[in-house]
Amino acid sequence: MKFLKGLRKGSAFKEQQGHPPARFLHCGDSAIAVELASEIDETANRRVIALAESLDIRPIDGIEELVPTYRSLLVLYDPSIIRGQKLIEALQNRLASLVVSVKSQRTFSIPVLYGHEAGLDLEEMAKMKGITPEEVISIHSSAEYRVYMIGFAPGFAYLGGVPEILHTPRRKVPRQHIVAGSIGIGGKQGNINSLAGPSGWLFLGRTPLKLFDPNRTEPFMLRAGDVVKFRPVEREEALDLDAAVARGDVSVEANIL
Amino acid sequence: MTILQIKNAGPMMTVQDLGRKGMLHAGVSRCGPMDAPSMRLANALVGNSDEYSAIEFAMFGGTLAVSEPARIAVTGGEIDVKINAVSVAPWESHWLNPGDMLSIGSVKGAVWGYLAISGGINVPKTLGSRSTHIRTAIGGLDGRCLIKDDILNLGETAPAPLMTVSQKRAFHGNVIRVVPGPQADYFDTGNWQTFLGNHYQVSAKRDRMAQALEGPEINAAGGHDIVSDGTVFGSIQVPGSGLPLVLMAERQTTGGYPKIATIATVDLPKFAQTPTGAPVRFVRITAEEAEELVIADRQTIRNQLANIVPKTDQA
Repeated sequence: MKFLKGLRKGSAFKEQQGHPPARFLHCGDSAIAVELASEIDETANRRVIALAESLDIRPIDGIEELVPTYRSLLVLYDPSIIRGQKLIEALQNRLASLVVSVKSQRTFSIPVLYGHEAGLDLEEMAKMKGITPEEVISIHSSAEYRVYMIGFAPGFAYLGGVPEILHTPRRKVPRQHIVAGSIGIGGKQGNINSLAGPSGWLFLGRTPLKLFDPNRTEPFMLRAGDVVKFRPVEREEALDLDAAVARGDVSVEANIL
Repeated sequence: MTILQIKNAGPMMTVQDLGRKGMLHAGVSRCGPMDAPSMRLANALVGNSDEYSAIEFAMFGGTLAVSEPARIAVTGGEIDVKINAVSVAPWESHWLNPGDMLSIGSVKGAVWGYLAISGGINVPKTLGSRSTHIRTAIGGLDGRCLIKDDILNLGETAPAPLMTVSQKRAFHGNVIRVVPGPQADYFDTGNWQTFLGNHYQVSAKRDRMAQALEGPEINAAGGHDIVSDGTVFGSIQVPGSGLPLVLMAERQTTGGYPKIATIATVDLPKFAQTPTGAPVRFVRITAEEAEELVIADRQTIRNQLANIVPKTDQA
């Protein structure tokens, strides 16, 4: 069930009082969603990830898998080992003593080729906001993003921290083909597409990096809780990176600051 | 090396094993068979353990041949199986020799069929499993459905007798038990009555990822968009159309529609095997009851696997 590999270092503080009470929602007979907030909320997301870490380090017998999402942790369990009611009690106890580490996350620098073929909406977004495309790039690449969750498809990253001026509703009619590595905005969320496919998000560019590569030693680049910074690159560097990625010469670690 | 030749393939024919576990947090679907007990029985009939991969197909099998003698078994529903135009029984193993033509016809009274072959399908594992995930093109043969003229390597066939099940699996009635939630409170009493008080038809809009239903619309008072959260096999989403959509084996790992209920694990094979157009009725049970049922069902499946016996006629 490895959600994280190994312990992380960092300062930590004990879970403070005053959080809304957790809700334990049955998802059938073999899963429970531990919901810590009703909306997207960074504090709740940090607690979701801290709970997953805690359960990874000190497992509860019968838990099979953990899926951290924006504001809840899906806990898959084997009812022949632990019954749901007992699991809820154990999770409640774990939450009561939860320690949320504050300096534990990895920070990634992700190269982005803004505009060009994959930046389908860069010009349009600049127009909408009454600024230049260069300003959009500058705003987008100056922010620090948090990976709230990996979901939908392998390695697909949902990001928080999109500067408010760039918040833009999704398209009414999704596009049928968005290339892998596309960097998008949907509402107030950001994303990095891990695979090619349809999408209604707006796209500013693409990264040559592969968020998901089943043939790489570490198939998934990002995990929930990571911090992402975007680094604008010129076309030439992007093409060089494309070639290096295709050769398998770019490790996940090489992009960690 | 023994090879399996696909001379003709039915729709949605894929290599599956029991699925990819442990990577939902990275967005990787568990995948695996739509009706796991039927696939496990097929494997057991040819002497394969649970780790082996088999071939899953929908509605109709196809024609296949092998380069070396191998044992085969077909399960799922009542399926017309022929070796060289001679009918042979499903839910039993048979020898298939080089030069023989195995023809698997339509699946009657069910949807998903399984062909197990002694030694299993020897495709490389991707992320720990041989299961084909069509949407992301991983696993199986190049991550796709099998088609005419495909060639698959098989594992080695160890000597073993031909086997038969003492009792075929059968699905009774059209009641599908569900546990309310995780977003049960998005739906008011009236909409719960609609959901539980009517039949829903199994739509032709179905694949390994999701099963659409047709029937009275259900409205979520809490809205049809939620902050995306995790999904399981059997999550019943209600999108803006008001028509329930059940997430199946190849589902995405997270979703943004409210989930009124979750199908009890014990009833998942039956639901997956419900023919298109047939009605189902949802009945609410508690999570505790569903847990009891799945624990008992696992024992039933263990018994079924243990009650596979050598055929009296070993021809």
